[in-house]
Amino acid sequence: MIVADRKPIEEIIEYIKDRDKVLIVGCNECVTVCEAGGKKEVGVLASALRMYFMNQGKEIKIDEVTLERQCDHEYLEEIRNIVDQYQAIVSLACGVGVQFMSEKYFKTQVYPGVNTCFMGVTEERGVWSERCQGCGQCILATTGGICPVSRCAKRLLNGPCGGSSKGMCEIGGEVPCAWQIIIDKLTALGRLDDYEKLAPLKDWSKERAGGPRKVVREDVRQ
Amino acid sequence: MRLRYPDTIRIVRLPCTGKVDVGYILRAFEKGADGVYVVGCMEGDCRYNRGNLRAKKRVAEARRILNIVGIGGERVQMFNLSSAEGPKFAQIALDMTEKIKAMGPNPVKLKKMKKAA
Repeated sequence: MIVADRKPIEEIIEYIKDRDKVLIVGCNECVTVCEAGGKKEVGVLASALRMYFMNQGKEIKIDEVTLERQCDHEYLEEIRNIVDQYQAIVSLACGVGVQFMSEKYFKTQVYPGVNTCFMGVTEERGVWSERCQGCGQCILATTGGICPVSRCAKRLLNGPCGGSSKGMCEIGGEVPCAWQIIIDKLTALGRLDDYEKLAPLKDWSKERAGGPRKVVREDVRQ
Repeated sequence: MRLRYPDTIRIVRLPCTGKVDVGYILRAFEKGADGVYVVGCMEGDCRYNRGNLRAKKRVAEARRILNIVGIGGERVQMFNLSSAEGPKFAQIALDMTEKIKAMGPNPVKLKKMKKAA
């Protein structure tokens, strides 16, 4: 899933302080799972903002809605009839949802309500960590299903650097060395010979370095 | 025991304090409550193992948010006691009522009342 973290309430207050009517829009997908932008978080943020502005003597109408997704037209369409009633929208979706909303409702200001962090997993409730950088050319088949692009600080493709110590990365912060995990996994699979094979040069143009990317599938396109 | 405690307190019954949500606490203040306290079982005695420990964290989060919005986090508190501690329950009700009375009414409620007047 796409992992996001809540923005400080103070930052959102700054965004909307001069508005009269604001809609807070949550998303039922990834940000619900990582507890940053689902229905519950929308309720808490809206309640906090209403109380803050009421306490400041400012009248701001703050409404709440949570959509199934914000990265698809059909769900964003659900608010078309009400969107004109608001001067601004605070979207608690990931950056994708915020942008799609902003593109779709071009005359409405859309503010981000979360900081979008990475594509990752729930290690345990309250702990999420990165697993994929969307490099566009997946090499997991050769690395035992462990990704050195997203999990090695240097994105090394042919084994660890000298900073790997007792299974941990030299950057600190209890980051495991991706290559240690890869070697452990290949050992468990009995495929340590794969480790000896040199990875070919990676085509980084398929990553973000090649500019904004697009996938077009003519077989399913309408 | 027929103990008395202040009639200003409205009890919201939940199956476990693990059901307490930050949103519930905030909504109580938005609707005009002057204070909220959560009474859970003793730590380590939760029937669902961690319900009261979860509530503890949520109460802390509600306090943080109430400080930001200007209501004051000290208006929310959590207590842990067993079901055999009736007198302590009544005493907590009394202490909390006095504490909140000393702090005065919920400022948001005052603003709302002024606006309505």
